[in-house]
Amino acid sequence: MKSFDYARADSAEAAVADGGSEGTKFIAGGTNLLDLMKLQVETPARLIDISRLDLASVEATEAGGLSIGALVPNADLAAHEVVRRDYPVLSRALLAGASGQLRNKASTGGNLLQRTRCYYFYDTTSACNKRAPGSGCAAIGGFNRIMAVLGTSDQCIATHPSDMAVAMAALEATVVTLKADGDRRRIALADFHRLPGDTPHIETVLEPGELITHVELPPAPKGRQVYRKVRDRASYAFALVSIAGIVAVEDGRIASAALAFGGLAHKPWRDPAVEAALVGHTPGDAAFAVAADALLADARGFGSNDFKIPLARRTLIATLRELTA
Amino acid sequence: MHFTINGQSFDVEPDIRTSLLDLLREHVGLTGTKKGCDHGQCGACTVLVNGRRINSCLTLAVMHQDDEVTTIEGLGTPDDLHPLQAAFVRHDGFQCGYCTPGQICSAVGMLDEAAKGWPSHVSESLDDGALTDEEIRERMSGNLCRCSAYPNIVDAIREVADGARDERRVGEEAAA
Ligand SMILES: Cc1cc2nc3c(=O)[nH]c(=O)nc-3n(C[C@H](O)[C@H](O)[C@H](O)COP(=O)(O)OP(=O)(O)OC[C@H]3O[C@@H](n4cnc5c(N)ncnc54)[C@H](O)[C@@H]3O)c2cc1C
Ligand code: SF4
Ligand code: FES
Ligand code: FES
Repeated sequence: MKSFDYARADSAEAAVADGGSEGTKFIAGGTNLLDLMKLQVETPARLIDISRLDLASVEATEAGGLSIGALVPNADLAAHEVVRRDYPVLSRALLAGASGQLRNKASTGGNLLQRTRCYYFYDTTSACNKRAPGSGCAAIGGFNRIMAVLGTSDQCIATHPSDMAVAMAALEATVVTLKADGDRRRIALADFHRLPGDTPHIETVLEPGELITHVELPPAPKGRQVYRKVRDRASYAFALVSIAGIVAVEDGRIASAALAFGGLAHKPWRDPAVEAALVGHTPGDAAFAVAADALLADARGFGSNDFKIPLARRTLIATLRELTA
Repeated sequence: MHFTINGQSFDVEPDIRTSLLDLLREHVGLTGTKKGCDHGQCGACTVLVNGRRINSCLTLAVMHQDDEVTTIEGLGTPDDLHPLQAAFVRHDGFQCGYCTPGQICSAVGMLDEAAKGWPSHVSESLDDGALTDEEIRERMSGNLCRCSAYPNIVDAIREVADGARDERRVGEEAAA
């Protein structure tokens, strides 16, 4: 690990005042950043410890939703009474991720900003445009079993590994931030992460030094909520494909549908065409097949990840059956 | 820097990069906590910080100066074993023993989480905290055992969990 300066921030304002300078990074749980620093994939010159900031509570909002502090640990969020009752898809997504120990440390903000698990990103001897812009992409033409099949570019085919973020995408969460100049921003989760394009090293719309302070959920949605995760072992493994689904059926027809996908793209993936293929229709395999066609119309495999396309199709159909049974 | 580990105070000046795990092993001589992967993938380094189980390899020592750290050495001694330590011995919950300190610290944290009613990935309902074998396996999935002593580890944990539950029931009946 490269050495660094360390400072503990006493307030969010102090953290952002300090956070924008070259080579500076916030550290919350540290479970992703330190992993990458040990391998010198990340080499910050300065760490600002935000772990003691007063951002660790979950509170009701005036709008009837929930405001989640950026430092709420994943374990506490999954177990929170209101989350369990009104946003079970979020509890389920969190519980499907990592291990008990990691969830005790991993924070809400850090989880959103965790970086890809692409093997070549982790291997500093490989070409990787995300780690070393302009060096190429070893995953294209390499072993790419865990990579993306939607929204890829010729520069990067990595996926975003978070389970939590997929549930938050389906729930239409908003990320609330504090900028160095003291301004607050509200960013829809759908707009928060970027596709790789020509700049795969820029993963979100955050500006340097911008601090996530909260994630807000709108009031509990109507309908049933399900998180389904398909992975190589039964526990403690990242998703190959995952789906957060919220579907309401009224009078024998699908009244509303929100579906977000993990493991398929550089960001939690939502596609209005998938939801449009469902709303107004009678639940059943005919409608589900049309939705799967819409999701995967532009899907492209890179060899070892070709299997994800039929896997995503089957997982979507199984999830929709469960949601409408 | 100042640390509180197993109720004892330590003043040491490690390099700023020192993980909590390396602090324990290399700077204060508590080598019970083990290093397996050093990347959060095996659980050998599990300790309790303010009563919660975490991977000590993925956190910086400097970030834990105001915390109470408990390691395997703080749970029990050879003459006075913690109930989980005794149960691991009784059930042969190990072969080489390398993962064992992490398994036991993790199990202490896990039983506390279950007692608070926290659900897991395999819980049928998010309100159900019953600790079946399937639940124990899922909740302990962050601790790998290269010797694959898993069946006996589950037996040891179940015995302690059942004992604690029976004690709670007796307590509640006495209170009622
Ligand atoms: C073995 C292993 C298995 C895992 N399995 C899964 C899994 O199955 N599913 C899953 O979803 N995740 C999994 N994870 C990832 C885990 O969820 C993340 O490491 C964790 O959520 C990161 O949170 P943190 O607080 O530790 O972040 P940190 O490591 O502290 O920070 C991560 C990044 O976010 C930035 N940051 C943190 N907080 C803020 C903030 N408030 N504002 C601005 N920037 C901030 C940091 O600067 C850093 O760049 C796994 C991790 C490991 C090690
Ligand atoms: S897929 Fe992205 S992260 Fe992986 S090697 Fe290519 S550029 Fe790097
Ligand atoms: S040594 Fe910490 S998890 Fe393996
Ligand atoms: S007893 Fe050998 S690793 Fe578990």
